[in-house]
Amino acid sequence: MEEKTRIFDEHDFDPIPEQDRHTDTVARQSTSYLKDVWRSFCKRKTALVSLVVMAVILLLVLIGPEISGYDYYSNDYTAINQPPSAAHWFGTDSLGRDLWTRVWMGGRVSLLIAILATIIPYTIGMIVGGISGYFGGKLDQFIMRAIDVLMGIPQLIYMILLMVIMGSGNIWTLVIAMSITGWMSAARSTRGLVLQLRNRDFVVASETLGASPARLIAKHLLPNTMGILVVGMAMMIPSVIYSEAFLSYIGLGITPPNPSWGQLIKTASETFRYYPYQFIIPCIFISITMLCCNLIGDGLRDALDPKLRA
Amino acid sequence: MSSNEVILELKDLKTWFKVEAGTLKAVNGVDLTIHKGETLGLVGESGCGKSTLGRTIMRLYKPDGGQVLYKGKDIWKYKKPEIKTFRKEVQMIFQDPYASLDPLNIVHDVVEEGMKIHKLYPEKEAREKRILELLNMVGLNQEHEYRFPHEFSGGQRQRVGIARALSVEPELIVCDEPISALDVSIQAQVVNLLKDLQKKLGLSYLFITHDLSMVKYISDRIAVMYLGGIVELAESQELFDHTMHPYTKALMSAIPIADPDVEQKRRRILLSGDVPSPVNLEAGCAFCKRCGQAKDKCRKERPKLTQVRPGHFVACHFAGE
Repeated sequence: MEEKTRIFDEHDFDPIPEQDRHTDTVARQSTSYLKDVWRSFCKRKTALVSLVVMAVILLLVLIGPEISGYDYYSNDYTAINQPPSAAHWFGTDSLGRDLWTRVWMGGRVSLLIAILATIIPYTIGMIVGGISGYFGGKLDQFIMRAIDVLMGIPQLIYMILLMVIMGSGNIWTLVIAMSITGWMSAARSTRGLVLQLRNRDFVVASETLGASPARLIAKHLLPNTMGILVVGMAMMIPSVIYSEAFLSYIGLGITPPNPSWGQLIKTASETFRYYPYQFIIPCIFISITMLCCNLIGDGLRDALDPKLRA
Repeated sequence: MSSNEVILELKDLKTWFKVEAGTLKAVNGVDLTIHKGETLGLVGESGCGKSTLGRTIMRLYKPDGGQVLYKGKDIWKYKKPEIKTFRKEVQMIFQDPYASLDPLNIVHDVVEEGMKIHKLYPEKEAREKRILELLNMVGLNQEHEYRFPHEFSGGQRQRVGIARALSVEPELIVCDEPISALDVSIQAQVVNLLKDLQKKLGLSYLFITHDLSMVKYISDRIAVMYLGGIVELAESQELFDHTMHPYTKALMSAIPIADPDVEQKRRRILLSGDVPSPVNLEAGCAFCKRCGQAKDKCRKERPKLTQVRPGHFVACHFAGE
C-alpha cells in the first residue's frame, strides 16, 4: 500500500463560507396541523373511500326523502309489498309506504342516535377519565369503584326504567339511555391512557411552567389520548347503530310509524321470506355504515398521530 | 460571576418513597446552597438520587423532611400566587429530549405555553416576536417554528426544551442531565449554549449530570452525590486538585484522559461491589462497603459534611488525613 503523507495547510481549518452552510435547513414545507392530518388521511385509500361512501349515505339521508315525492307515513293500499320499480325505487312495505323514503328517514333517526350516543358519552367519559387519571389517589379509587358498580347493572334495565319515565319510542330516551351506559367504558379507557401519560416529561414540563390541572388535561393529556379514543369512538358508532336496531327490533326503541333502520328490519323480518328486499336493503345500509365507520376510525388514528405519518 | 446572594437553599432535605420492601431513601439529608448567577454541578452515578433531588427542588415531589428555601422562603409554605411566581422563576431542562416535548405540539406552541400561562406579552404580535427571538437565542430559526418535535434531531429538540424554559424568563434552571442523551459534538454545543445564556441573562443553574469532565467545564462549584447524600462539595478546580473523599477519587480516576501515555501509566481505582440498595439504609457511612479505607467507625456512624479546607466540604471521617 502506498503511504501518503498529508500535509495540512492552515486554510484547511477555515470555517466553511456562510453561503455553503446548508446543514440545518429542513426540506419539508411546513403546514398547519389539520392540513397535515388531512394529507395523511388521504394517503390511506380504504379510509378515504369509506369517507366518500359515508358522505354519499349522509347526503342521501339528508335529501333522499325529499326527492322521492312520497312521505314516510302515508299508506297506499293500491301499492302494497311492491318490489323495487321506477315508481318506488326500493319498493313498498306491507302498508304501501315508499321504502326509499322510509330507509332514508330511518337513516336520519339511526345516524342521529349513533352520533349523539357516541359523542355525548365520550365527552363525559373523557372528562371523568381525565380527572380520575390526573388526580389519582382517593378520587380515582372512588370514581373507578363507582363505575364498576354502575357497569354491573345491565344496559337494558336503564333503558326500561327510562322508558317508564320518559315514554318509549323517543329518540332522546334512547340517546340518554345509551349515554348513561356508554360513558363508563370511555372513562375507563381515558383514565388508563392518562395514567400512562401522566408522568411523561412533557406533562411534567408543562406542570413546571405553572399549567393548571385543567390546562394539562385539556391541552396535553386528552389530545394525546385522542388518537386511540377516536378509534374507540368510530368503533362505538356501529355498536350504537346495532343496539338501536336491536332495541327497535325487540320493541323498546323507535316506535312506528317513525322508521329507523332497526325498526325497518324488524317489520320486514316478519315477511322476510316473501319480500326479501324489504329486509335486505336496510341491512345493507347498516352494514356499510358500520364498516365505513370502522375503517374511517382506523385511518383517523394513523392520521392523528404525527409519529405514524408517512 | 456568582454573587453572594443565595437563591436556593436546601436544609436537611429528605425525599423518601414507599416501596414494597420498605422505605426508599432517594434523597437523605441534603444541605446545599446555590448562589445567584452560579452553576452548581451535581454529579453521581445512576440511582443516587440526583434527579429526585432536582424534582424535589422543582416542587414536583413533596419532601419527607427538611426544607427547600427559594429566596429564603419555604416552597411548601407558598400560597397560590407565590407558587405561580415560583413556577415562573424556576425552570427545568429535561434529560430526554424525545420525551420532554408534547408530540402533538409544534415548536411555536411549546414556547408559547409558558407565556400564555404567565400572561407575558399579552399582545399577539409582541408574543410572536418574542418566540422568534427565543428561538434565535437557542440557535433555531423561523423555519423551525411550525414543526413538530419528531421532525427534529435530539440536539434540536433539546434547544426547543431550552427555549421553553427560557420563555418565562426564569432565574434558576434545574438542568436534569440535559446532555446525557445527546452525542458528544452536540453536547458541547448545548453546554456552550447554556454557558452563553448564563452570561447574557444572569441565570443560576443546578446542573445535574454523571459526566465529570463536562461538569468541570460548566460548574463553579461541584457537589458529589452518593446514595442520597452529598459526600463532597467544593469549587470545581479545588475539587479536582484536592480530591478528598474516596468515592470522588474513584470517580476522578475513571475520567478518560486524551493522552495515551498518561492514560496507560495512571492507576485507576476500581470500586468493588455494588451500590447498596437505598431501601432500608443501614446506619454508618453509605460508602463504607465499597471503600478501601473503611474502618469500624465508618460502619457505625454516618459522617457529616464538614469543612476541611476553605470552601471544601467532605463527608468522611478520615478526610483530613
